[in-house]
Amino acid sequence: MSHDANLDAASAGRGRRAALDWLFHSPLALPLVGLIVVSVLMGFASDNFFTIDNLLNVLRQVSVVGILAVGMTFVILTGGIDLSVGAVMALAGTMAAGVMVNMGLPGGVGLLAALLVGLGLGLFNGFMVAWGKMPSIIVTLATMGIARGLGLIYSGGYPISGLPGWVSWFGVGRIGIIPVPVIIMLVIYAVAWVVLQRTPFGRHVYAIGGNETAARLSGVRTRSVKLAVFAISGVTAALASIVLTGRLMSGQPNAGVGFELDAIAAVVLGGTAIAGGRGLILGTLIGAVLLGILNNGLNLVGINPYMQDVIKGLIILLAIYIGREWR
Amino acid sequence: MLELKDIRKSFGRIEVLHGVDLQVKAGEVHALLGENGAGKSTLMKIVSGIIQPSSGTIIVDGQERHFANYDEAIAAGVGIVFQEFSLIPYLNAVENMFLAREKKTALGLLDRKAMRERAAAILRKLEVDLPLDVPVARLSVAEQQFVEIAKALSLDARILVLDEPTATLTPAEVEHLFKVMRELRAAGVAIVFISHHLEEIFEICDRITVLRDGEYVGSSTVAETNIDQLVEMMVGRRIENSFPAKPAAKPDAKVVLEVEEVQLRRGGPVSSFQLRSGEILGFAGLVGSGRTETVLSILGAYPAARCKVRVGGVEKRLRDPADGLAHGIGLLPESRKEQGLVTDFSILQNVSLNNYGKYRQGHWFIDFKKELACTEDAMSQVRVKAQGPRARVDTLSGGNQQKVVIARWLNHDMQILIFDEPTRGIDVGAKAEIYQLMRDFTARGYAIIMISSELPEVIGMSDRVCVFRSGGIVATVEGSAINSEEIMTHATTGRVQHVA
Ligand SMILES: Nc1ncnc2c1ncn2[C@@H]1O[C@H](COP(=O)(O)OP(=O)(O)OP(=O)(O)O)[C@@H](O)[C@H]1O
Ligand SMILES: [Mg+2]
Repeated sequence: MSHDANLDAASAGRGRRAALDWLFHSPLALPLVGLIVVSVLMGFASDNFFTIDNLLNVLRQVSVVGILAVGMTFVILTGGIDLSVGAVMALAGTMAAGVMVNMGLPGGVGLLAALLVGLGLGLFNGFMVAWGKMPSIIVTLATMGIARGLGLIYSGGYPISGLPGWVSWFGVGRIGIIPVPVIIMLVIYAVAWVVLQRTPFGRHVYAIGGNETAARLSGVRTRSVKLAVFAISGVTAALASIVLTGRLMSGQPNAGVGFELDAIAAVVLGGTAIAGGRGLILGTLIGAVLLGILNNGLNLVGINPYMQDVIKGLIILLAIYIGREWR
Repeated sequence: MLELKDIRKSFGRIEVLHGVDLQVKAGEVHALLGENGAGKSTLMKIVSGIIQPSSGTIIVDGQERHFANYDEAIAAGVGIVFQEFSLIPYLNAVENMFLAREKKTALGLLDRKAMRERAAAILRKLEVDLPLDVPVARLSVAEQQFVEIAKALSLDARILVLDEPTATLTPAEVEHLFKVMRELRAAGVAIVFISHHLEEIFEICDRITVLRDGEYVGSSTVAETNIDQLVEMMVGRRIENSFPAKPAAKPDAKVVLEVEEVQLRRGGPVSSFQLRSGEILGFAGLVGSGRTETVLSILGAYPAARCKVRVGGVEKRLRDPADGLAHGIGLLPESRKEQGLVTDFSILQNVSLNNYGKYRQGHWFIDFKKELACTEDAMSQVRVKAQGPRARVDTLSGGNQQKVVIARWLNHDMQILIFDEPTRGIDVGAKAEIYQLMRDFTARGYAIIMISSELPEVIGMSDRVCVFRSGGIVATVEGSAINSEEIMTHATTGRVQHVA
């Protein structure tokens, strides 16, 4: 893992050559290059791109997918995948709104309800994968359908609005000039970084993706770790739902369709191996921002939305093609 | 037939082969010897086009050749049995053997029958009887080794490289391989044979070439040398007696692990045994006799029909190796690449994988400094040859990878270690050190179960030996009864009692 390279380079302090070497071999190198190239292109295409306002706006738009991608990174690092995050996010938001509006309970309870929904479905996924020994792609596909269906049943298919005004702080508030959702996202990334790089649990996440048999035979509780990564993914989906609900000021059972794919794209663009075992959470952040810039830039330039999807798809393909034999 | 001149190879900025020469004639078995990390496998990967030399010439049949990949080498008549397996786990033996070289019928469809017959014929020559229809992942390590050998034989190569093919085989199986090698030699095939079992060199080889730290040390005929000279050429010093003295038997020592009954398959034999404090209990038997499955069952990693275990006198149900770890039982698995190592990880991360209890910082975090210190200590105890603790394990030589798996257990406070083929692929010098480490461990009152297919190792190291046959223990011998005739008799003719 590049964490080692990181320490190596830092402690040895072998000067510029080592630093360059590190940058070149780091899994972050490619995502960073991609980010710079796309930014520069967008800068040429639109004068408005490199304004503080627009850049902050990009980050704000990125925040929901960015938060989802954190949990996705954990899951993918173990060699799994979580297709249910978009639907879980929608259900969590709908339930939060339902608790606040339909049941008239305090807002805090609503937010708690969202977190519990996310955690519960995440644990369900994890349990089915780790103890039920089913492939995660199938389990989470099923959960995706279930969560989406439950949200629609509960709400009758309509958004639930009439939330207390302060909820909007999570979606559109600012601290200084920085949007609150951006701060929430960055805090989540910081926590995830610490967990992955500094704790035994983080090491075990990588180990399972690298060689699950070896991890298990050496005494790592692989099933518990898998349960935990899906739980984490559920919780980050719930956190994303809080940001989204704050932005929309309503619980939307139809929100977040296809967001799981954007989250996966962010993880993979960030250099994480889809088979697990390799990747960095910082890469995911870069990947998410890269995706956001593409969206924003293509909008600014005024490209037809259908065409945007095609272009995005091609760029993702290209990025992964270049990255496939990296290192 | 095959000639290498002044081969050099660098990985990144580090040169690991510094101008090696090698000449192999048609109709000879040529031993390539050297310590772990000497560069044997690297050299053979160059011969077979897997990697390219930084400089130097490869001459086949008097013609200079450059192989861009293995396929080109095969076309030139080279075949190789890799040290690390190259089989696809989900394919069966036949599919693996003919992967990318499938035989086709006139219609261009797969000629399954022809492939199957050819595979069966080769395996019959090797006198192994293994199921052809199950995925190779379900075969034992030795059976996989035979599939690997058969795969190389199916190429009808004129230059055949065998990189430690015998590391996982028992003596009887080695004989079968040697028989086939003799036939090939008589047919004019040039064979390069790598092994750390020096007796084998004297049995099968005609000439030897020795490497040390990537340097060419010398060549000679087998007739002109002896084991001591070989060892000195390889390691540059003499190795004293490799097995440490056995302590006096202590029949009253505390029983640390009691397996009251274990039955691998319904209807198979039921075995029981005890492991006492301070002893090394050897598990001997032919390949496929159920030794590995038995220890995995104890740890809950194999679905045995029955398994009842007492740890320190208390009945315990271990469902997962993690439970074993919690009770002070550690496992060194049979196959380092598939079961032992996370190859993407560094040495450091592999050694500490299951040992974070030891270096926590503020309960939640890894104490990187302590982790590094512990790893460096463990690495030096088994003498891992690597660029440093942060080197990725997949850049290590096979024997050094094995040392990393051993190193993992050195700084652990385990009461019981289960070592499955612990010295597989380890050179003579390092072996002696590992044996000493094992004795040091038991001298502290801990106990070891050692599965080994190397008879001298079982005999030299074990205080008692359980002999396995067809899935169960057929005899337990101790003291002077630990000798090869006794063990082999039980292993081949011991009475197996089937229990419904
Ligand atoms: N891909 C690689 N990157 C960096 N170093 C490597 C790589 N492959 C091999 N090496 C180094 O080359 C040296 C020779 O390795 P090699 O595998 O040829 O040893 P060997 O003689 O086969 O040893 P063993 O008996 O343990 O199998 C070792 O020091 C090893 O660390
Ligand atoms: Mg080797």
